[in-house]
Amino acid sequence: MSNLKSNAATIERREFVTALLNELPKALVITGLGSSCYDVYAAGDRDRNFYLWGAMGGAAMIGLGLAIAQPNEQVVVVTGDGEQLMGLGSLSTIGAQQPKNLTIVILDNGHFGETGMQYSHTNLGTDLCAVAKACGIQNSFQVSDAKDVSKVVQTVRAANGPAVAQVFVKADDLPRALPSRDGVYIKNRFRQSLGLAPF
Amino acid sequence: MSADQSTAPVWQEDIFKALKAANIKQVCYVPDAGHAHVIRRVHADPDMRAVVLTTEEEGVAMTSGAWLGGQRAVLLMQSSGVGNCINMMSLLQSCRFPFVTLVTMRGEYAEFNPWQTPMSKATQGSMELMGIKVLRASRPEEVGDIVGAALDAAFEGGEPVAVLLSQSLIGRKKWVSK
Repeated sequence: MSNLKSNAATIERREFVTALLNELPKALVITGLGSSCYDVYAAGDRDRNFYLWGAMGGAAMIGLGLAIAQPNEQVVVVTGDGEQLMGLGSLSTIGAQQPKNLTIVILDNGHFGETGMQYSHTNLGTDLCAVAKACGIQNSFQVSDAKDVSKVVQTVRAANGPAVAQVFVKADDLPRALPSRDGVYIKNRFRQSLGLAPF
Repeated sequence: MSADQSTAPVWQEDIFKALKAANIKQVCYVPDAGHAHVIRRVHADPDMRAVVLTTEEEGVAMTSGAWLGGQRAVLLMQSSGVGNCINMMSLLQSCRFPFVTLVTMRGEYAEFNPWQTPMSKATQGSMELMGIKVLRASRPEEVGDIVGAALDAAFEGGEPVAVLLSQSLIGRKKWVSK
């Protein structure tokens, strides 16, 4: 049976993401696929958002390559528990690299929301925050109260090393908010926001 | 220069030179003996970042993230790792990311370990099915040039490219029972 804090979660995911990104207008944001992608788009489309519609398990590693390439920018990965679980090894890779400017925000509802709300591993015994810490991401913490969004904001701004914020969100099935599915367009728009040629 | 570097085959140093000439800044890898020299050289270069991965598909995502941020990156792996990358390679086609991977082949030349052979036979075909152009280098003197051509095709032409480094380049692995 399920044993997760998310079953008692009070945080509304869209409100949380909107509050987070409103405080970080310049952040470079990589989303996971599915609900986290919709949440970031629903908070307001931005040139500095890169939305995944596939490549499950890749969000944190896209964030790592980006964080190394742009060490003076805030890089924020906003993903879900299922997407991060598929890329669990990337926490180990990121722990080994210690990029100062990378924060991974895991919106953990304990379920695979896109496919019928099956329990995920965070509902079945895996403590993602503890995993991240054990991988060398010392600044890993859990968020159970919506007002603690300020702690995530401060972590991104401080840029003191890689961080993981595991945010327990309600397991709601919200209306989808669909950003562009044209990957080339999203890529070029993102690069242009950094002054890079569209290619 | 360490003793290891002075004894490494010239074609391995040629790969490193090609990466430097193409202004590659990030080199991520799952190690292989055939990549060992380049990996050492990248770790020792203050202008490059070497990143060890837990699985090869991480590198497909990472090189794409590097490009989003304006840096050039390559992925080093052996042929058995190609299968791990397949779905992540959809990122390359969906977003048309430039991509270069250098793949040391196992399972094709005097291979002692039969477990290497199935993925070896599927290496080229599986990457081509995912839309990646596959080049191959089999003679030491052509390695540098072919790797350079792959880097140009990717970072000037926007193509995803793999270079297979034939097992015959690397030579027979010595298997001695302990």
